[in-house]
Amino acid sequence: MSTSNIELPAWIEVILIPLLNICIALFFAGLIIFAIGENPIEAVRVMLNGAFGYDEGVGYTLYYTTNFIFTGLAVAIAFHARLFNIGGEGQAYIAGLGIGLSFLLLDNVLPPVLLIPVGILSAALFGALWALIPAWLQAYRGSHIVITTIMFNFIASSLMVYLLVNVMIKPGSMSPETREFSEASWLPFMHEIFGWFGVTITRTPLNISFLLALVCCLLVWIYIWKTRWGYALRTAGQSEAAAVYAGIKPKKIIIITMCISGALAGFVAVNEIMGVHHRLILNFTAGYGFTGIAVALMGRNHPLGIIFASLLFGVLYQGGAELAFEMPRITREMVVAIQGLIILFSGALALMLRPAIVKIWLAIRPIPSVAQHG
Amino acid sequence: MQDKHSQGEGIRPPRSDANHSKNNPDLQDQRSAIENTEQNKTNQPLAIELRKISKRFGQVQANNNIDLQVQRGTVHGIVGENGAGKSTLMSILYGFYQADSGEILINGSPANIKNSRDAISAGIGMVHQHFMLVDTFTVLENVLLGAEQSAVLKKSADNARQALQHLSDEYQMSVPLDTLTGELPVGQQQRTEILKALYRNAEILILDEPTGVLTPQEADQLFRVLQALKERGVTIILITHKLREIMDITDNVSVLRMGEIVSTQRTADTNIAELAELMVGRKLQTQHFNKVEHPNGSNGIEVHNLTVTDDRGLTRVDNVSFEVKAGEIVGIAGVAGNGQSTLLRVLAGIEPPDSGSFIINGRTVDAQTHVNPKEMREIGVQHVPEDRLKLGLIKSFTAAESSVLGYQNRRRFNWRVFLNMRSIRAACKSLMQAFDVRPSDPKLKSASFSGGNQQKLILARELDQSPSVLLVGQPTRGVDIGAIELIHKKIIDIRDANCAVLLVSVELDEIMTLSDRIIVMFEGRIVGTVSGKDADKTTLGLMMANAMESAA
Repeated sequence: MSTSNIELPAWIEVILIPLLNICIALFFAGLIIFAIGENPIEAVRVMLNGAFGYDEGVGYTLYYTTNFIFTGLAVAIAFHARLFNIGGEGQAYIAGLGIGLSFLLLDNVLPPVLLIPVGILSAALFGALWALIPAWLQAYRGSHIVITTIMFNFIASSLMVYLLVNVMIKPGSMSPETREFSEASWLPFMHEIFGWFGVTITRTPLNISFLLALVCCLLVWIYIWKTRWGYALRTAGQSEAAAVYAGIKPKKIIIITMCISGALAGFVAVNEIMGVHHRLILNFTAGYGFTGIAVALMGRNHPLGIIFASLLFGVLYQGGAELAFEMPRITREMVVAIQGLIILFSGALALMLRPAIVKIWLAIRPIPSVAQHG
Repeated sequence: MQDKHSQGEGIRPPRSDANHSKNNPDLQDQRSAIENTEQNKTNQPLAIELRKISKRFGQVQANNNIDLQVQRGTVHGIVGENGAGKSTLMSILYGFYQADSGEILINGSPANIKNSRDAISAGIGMVHQHFMLVDTFTVLENVLLGAEQSAVLKKSADNARQALQHLSDEYQMSVPLDTLTGELPVGQQQRTEILKALYRNAEILILDEPTGVLTPQEADQLFRVLQALKERGVTIILITHKLREIMDITDNVSVLRMGEIVSTQRTADTNIAELAELMVGRKLQTQHFNKVEHPNGSNGIEVHNLTVTDDRGLTRVDNVSFEVKAGEIVGIAGVAGNGQSTLLRVLAGIEPPDSGSFIINGRTVDAQTHVNPKEMREIGVQHVPEDRLKLGLIKSFTAAESSVLGYQNRRRFNWRVFLNMRSIRAACKSLMQAFDVRPSDPKLKSASFSGGNQQKLILARELDQSPSVLLVGQPTRGVDIGAIELIHKKIIDIRDANCAVLLVSVELDEIMTLSDRIIVMFEGRIVGTVSGKDADKTTLGLMMANAMESAA
């Protein structure tokens, strides 16, 4: 029997199932670690300790989390309009270009108080523009958005290499990066903020854009579920025909949604460029855009789920690095394999356990709304 | 119809004579007595016997202690409202669900049916309401699908071709074996489904709402095929809403209500009114609506030479002109796919016309000046779409969210940016009460409502706007009798409130019950107009098949 249309309570859907998926993934990861002769329990301990055991670890974990929240949200909001935005990577990259251009032009002109808003806005704008082109092609030319957004990642990458090597490079420098932006444009680090209140924590890349990420989660949640634009977005995502019937223009929804999605992905550049590097560099996106797809899948395209999924991936990144350091037999590649297992079980096989859980749920707790079996 | 007394090869039970039954008050007792003796006499096991079948879904008792006996070589009708448990029961028989308790006996021996494969090997075949065919396969390939005998298809295909030829000769149901299924008319697709079941040696055939998509003539053909199958000993279970079909074709009929069998009797011993009453559990008002003789209102809809072509360049609506006056219901009859749906979409502003024009509620629309559905709503043109699940509501939305679909931008329902969920829920609640939508819980998912209740919600939403033009498509498709009554009444009420109503339906009964005038469409053209009073089914049926012109 088909169980896909039987509703489960939110806590099972959003917390229990993902948790079980992670357990299965960890079990298989444990088998692999056991097979190469290391102690899986010890490995988990090292990993968790690396991620949470001390304040520097926590800082790095949350810094990675920030990027995943942005890209996860970008994928999720597009997904609600039934658009698969694979282009988060490119959109984030081009958003970096936006920050770079505006700061190179303005960082010594604008008053400091305006620099940071301008940086954030230009990131959003450039990210949105990079998503707008595939969106337009999808809406008005029928080019499949999966294909175009993937292609736009490559275009973004080539464009950035060209610009950084030939145009924007700091004169006289050997490495393809811009000059450092003026200090007024830097986002405050968390250790600095804590410092203002007299709390000393270890220096990490974690900066205030983590809070921006949390605010974005809230805004995305409100937008999708509480506004009439979100209503239109969900309608168009569920049924294009119903949207047309309701006087909603699906093309317009595609354009708007992709722009929001691109802007969210673009905020990765805020974290990386304005928060950490303070100059435009090559490949600062480091695959966060792609991981965002797994994050959104795992977080069930819900902002709350995305926060937890992002945290998990933050732990994997930071704890994984620690693991590779502490246990020499577990290489960096092995850590990637473990991440792959988690993505496999919580992304691709996310619904594997669901039918069984539905059965158990129906057996232990009757729900009254299944009256349509006629 | 076929001669009801024709009995193939002496297969029991002989149908009781109508007079005979009228003179017998103690039918129930006598019937079982007859059955027992005859069963002993012929010593033939029952084709299907269900013993105390129960099935729960959560708190819903979908089937409760169901006992059902189906004689071999008979047509057994099962009727009941939506949600009465018909589909669940058949799904248990066909192995989609497992019964919580109870026993299934096939040909007298207990059968353990865990999936459809088991059902097929027990000789059960099922023709679903929505065909399970691959459109891009030929008929032969569809029949073969899942019953291939070896890795290389050639040999199986040859065998199948022979067997199918044999079957279609035997039952006079020819289907072009090498035509793509998607290119066949629905009647032939249905035959393909039947052939599929027969090819798998089905001795018991379950048909779920088989005539929903057929013209009256196609339905007659189907019944002739069923008759032929019955005469050769095939047992047929017919699930349907249409009581007339039950009367025409079945030998016995069981009525399900709220998961229980409330009656099983010989069809000849009962009548439509009784069955309807058993299904609904109360007396139904006789549906008789006064037809408006000479509506003198202004024109709500005026269509001039309207032509619409689809994406593939086919003409869907071909030079159509008519008008609908305020206070009048005009019904469009026609076999599904003859342009009615397109016409409705164009009038609702979903698609633009290609040439010609129409004036709807004072607003002129032609190929140049397109009016979108939003503007249509604003000028008092409301549209109840044919496909409620695709257009009318969003399954994953709550009922409250679906109840403002199309009106989400109205001031009542939002504060510019944010949706005013409280007001939306309150409005939904009052719609639900006015139209008796059950359960009346605005927070439930739209998909959790039965078809009838979904339809009532959509109708409530559109009628709440007090439209001056109402476009309504298939208002009662898949809706149970109780809800049909209410929906029809609401449509009549809105007509009496001086609304111009354009009704598109494939149900001739519905068109004839409601319409003041009837327009018949065939291949995008209007092939006839009849006043609602003078309409009779045969004439309409012939017009729908465009047999009038070809005969003339």
